[in-house]
Amino acid sequence: MIKTQVSLQAPVAPERAEPTMSIVEPKTSNDADEATAPAFAVSHLSVWYGEKPAIQDVTMDISPKAVTAIIGPSGCGKSTFLRSLNRMHELVPRTRVEGKVLFEGDDIYAPGTDPTAVRRRIGMVFQKSNPFPTMSIAENVVVGLKLNGVRNRRLLDESLEKSLRMAALWDEVKDDLHKPGMSLSGGQQQRLCIARAIAVEPEVLLMDEPAAALDPIATAKIEELIAELTKRYTIVIVTHNMQQAGRCSDFTAFFYMGRLIEFASTTKIFTNPGERQTEDYITGRFG
Amino acid sequence: MNWDFFTQLPKPVGVVGGGMANAIVGSFELLGLAALIGVPIGVLGGVYLAEYGSARANSMLRFVADVLNGVPSIIWGVVIYGLVVLRFKGFSAYAGGLALGLMMVPLIMRTTEEVLLLVPNGYREAALALGVSRWKTIVQIVMKTASKGIVTGILLALARVAGETAPLLFTAFGNRFWNHSLSEPIAALPLQIFSYAISPYDDWHRQAWAGALVLVVTIFFINVLVRLLTRGRITGPT
Repeated sequence: MIKTQVSLQAPVAPERAEPTMSIVEPKTSNDADEATAPAFAVSHLSVWYGEKPAIQDVTMDISPKAVTAIIGPSGCGKSTFLRSLNRMHELVPRTRVEGKVLFEGDDIYAPGTDPTAVRRRIGMVFQKSNPFPTMSIAENVVVGLKLNGVRNRRLLDESLEKSLRMAALWDEVKDDLHKPGMSLSGGQQQRLCIARAIAVEPEVLLMDEPAAALDPIATAKIEELIAELTKRYTIVIVTHNMQQAGRCSDFTAFFYMGRLIEFASTTKIFTNPGERQTEDYITGRFG
Repeated sequence: MNWDFFTQLPKPVGVVGGGMANAIVGSFELLGLAALIGVPIGVLGGVYLAEYGSARANSMLRFVADVLNGVPSIIWGVVIYGLVVLRFKGFSAYAGGLALGLMMVPLIMRTTEEVLLLVPNGYREAALALGVSRWKTIVQIVMKTASKGIVTGILLALARVAGETAPLLFTAFGNRFWNHSLSEPIAALPLQIFSYAISPYDDWHRQAWAGALVLVVTIFFINVLVRLLTRGRITGPT
């Protein structure tokens, strides 16, 4: 039964790529050595849509159990980069990838790798909240487990409560679990989607502007949630909102025109950026 | 028209009364057979068009479906006559059902494709991002979301072929008695109406009118059902 689920234990990365950052402060770690191994080691990654290059030659390491924010103007390739981390960009026909993405040492683009298996370990939350319209709140949360073959009622109920609690939604919906997922407010729907994503127990959560369509209060809740989730998950978040990147991330990557311009700790990017373009973007001189 | 119309077999020429019970039942049997053939092929074709096919394969398939949609229904009858009736040396309910079923395929295929394309991509992405396989995503998420639309398409196709006479002329052929085996000729309302309407007897003319009324009412109710289904159609967030 549980075989179909993802085991929570992350395998130790066999080959340790150079950590870009020397000051990785792991929030929870039993093993200091393991903590320095990046969750993702991206090297020379380029993605094309047809003939059009979306990102070019991106090399960066993403730390485990930390929040990495990706900022940049529209069309700079940040969403493509995020999607290339769990192969979601392949839904667009005629995409092509060069370079390597190692996730805990495994090349997710290796021939024979099933994108479905990759996505089971690397979950995703989208800009537009998208609870399934035919399902209740409860069904929405456990749908991932169910479709992956978990039938045990008790396991599903446990996962339902646990996931909703982790998404800070349990108290608001615990009496309405049978109501349609679409009946919730926008912010609640987004947290429902986060609950749905963590119910399958991934190791990473990729978030594509998760708060872009929400009001400030709902946004604050999502940000609190991100701070809470990072204790257990590696989080990569794409955001248009630089304040948001500043508030809730440990590391920040700045993309421009499909290239990674700068990648450093959030504090450094926002106080003492190394590149002129980063500084211009952050101070609002362009973008 | 009275209750006998629904319960009695046709009476011999000259005997007043009788009904079309065998034709009414036969029509439903034929529609059942047609659905058995038309629904799976049509729905799977629609899924292929909406979810899998490459642009070139799709435009070819769509073109073929549209041409088949425009083929006069008597041609279907003749084709099945040539392929099935002659080969198996006999008119049969199977042949009639096959003719109607094949007529349904392009209709169902195109409506299924359309409603599947209406399902926002966000749902496909959400399911795939949960590590759900492509096929399960399509069946459990996309088709479930579009289920009302798919059912609507099927019912409309059934309503469309329910009144077809021409494809049945050389296939199901008609039968004045109860049909005991699907490999024998079977009666159908449109056929019975046709043969009664061209007969020289007043009583049969009245029966033809009654049959026409039953047929129209049946089709009307299918359409009402479709209306009811589509009223609560979920289109998802915008």
